[in-house]
Amino acid sequence: SPSPGDTSVLAGLYGPAEAKISKELPDRAAMEVLLRPKVGLPGVVERSREQLLRQTCEAVVLGVLHPRTAITLVLQVLSDAGSLLSCCLNAACMALLDAGLPLTAVFCGVTCALDPDGTILLDPSTQQEQEARAILTFAIGSGERKVLMATTKGSCSVEEMQQCLAAAQRASNTIFQFYRDSVHRRYSKS
Amino acid sequence: TSLCFRTVEPLEYYRRFLKENCRPDGRELGEFRTTTYYFSSGSITTADGSALVKLGNTTVICGVKAELAAPAADSANKGYIVPNVELPSLCSERFRSGPPGEEAQAASQFIADVIENSQMIVKEDLCIANGKLAWVLYCDIICLDYDGNLLDASVFALLAALKNVQLPLVTVNEETGLSEVNLKQKTPLIIRKDPVATSFAVFDDTLLIVDPTAEEEELATGTVTIVTDEEGRLCSVHKPGGSPLTGAKLQDCITRAITRHKEVKKLIDKVIKSITPK
Repeated sequence: SPSPGDTSVLAGLYGPAEAKISKELPDRAAMEVLLRPKVGLPGVVERSREQLLRQTCEAVVLGVLHPRTAITLVLQVLSDAGSLLSCCLNAACMALLDAGLPLTAVFCGVTCALDPDGTILLDPSTQQEQEARAILTFAIGSGERKVLMATTKGSCSVEEMQQCLAAAQRASNTIFQFYRDSVHRRYSKS
Repeated sequence: TSLCFRTVEPLEYYRRFLKENCRPDGRELGEFRTTTYYFSSGSITTADGSALVKLGNTTVICGVKAELAAPAADSANKGYIVPNVELPSLCSERFRSGPPGEEAQAASQFIADVIENSQMIVKEDLCIANGKLAWVLYCDIICLDYDGNLLDASVFALLAALKNVQLPLVTVNEETGLSEVNLKQKTPLIIRKDPVATSFAVFDDTLLIVDPTAEEEELATGTVTIVTDEEGRLCSVHKPGGSPLTGAKLQDCITRAITRHKEVKKLIDKVIKSITPK
């Protein structure tokens, strides 16, 4: 469960397991993502984020190797101090790695906030997010640092978006290194 | 035999067309379907504003109802805008009746984000009496026929319907504290920005096509939706997973979206001018 600062998300991955006949797909695995907020019942915001996470995971998981199965990813928000969506993305990817599912690439989530005077802040805290005039979250793939997922809040100019994207792509290198170190640690003990 | 081929191997069928830079319905890769919209008090008479938008076969109707409510305690000078996207089972066989599915909820959240990001309606404008009374705009977007590209049609329908809304004058009586609604005096809603959405489908990780039909969406490996306003600013970049794209490809999408914005703006202005009473 990765946590930038005090934001913390716990991810649990189940699968590939037998799917319900109504949900199974004939040629690939059916992915399902459940995002549980810290307080309250999941609402429309969670559903929209579940869709983002699910389609991002579907893009990297080699579902065709496991047809008619179900892969369920459950994310529980433990604490939210900003950059929640990118934390969920990172947790999701680490869960996929930990479960040993076949992947075409790994991805990481990076959030950029544009504050009123145009400075780009990476992994903003809740305070910085509220003051920012735009928040952009990207899921960057490990292939050629391409964009797997993008979502924005607030408005910005096209140049600013490209600058944030470039910053996110540079930052992804650090996160991928963290993945490598974590996996190395996990498998070198035994 | 081409129909057989289309049913058995839809992806290969499509690839043959894409190689020639066109699509089975005769469109080019960057071409939109015919957009028409009906925006008049004739659409939904019980609503305060409504519009019907057709993007090819995709038909979306938006009705806006304005009601009065007390503002929230922490934002006493703000009204509310509540969008809701419904995908009833009549619009496509993929939707079952019952509680809203994921696609409807995600679309509702997307519309709410577009309204918030573009600041097309400033909530402070909806306040009538600070702390006591404010407008609530319930925007119901219902899809009547689903043939792909729901988001573009919904944003367009919402914009058109809001432009059509006339709010009656409301005053708060100082002595009784009750609100008095004057239906004879109506003012149009203040819309500050005109956001327009442009959706793309990604094929085979490389090819981008604009305004996908339902069939193209099924075969696509990803989708991107860009919302721009009239100043060329990005209100939303919505890429929910799918094939990875480089920054340059994303830039191409944005450029096309800005062009589309101009086309849509011209269409809206033309229709508004034709309706405004002289």
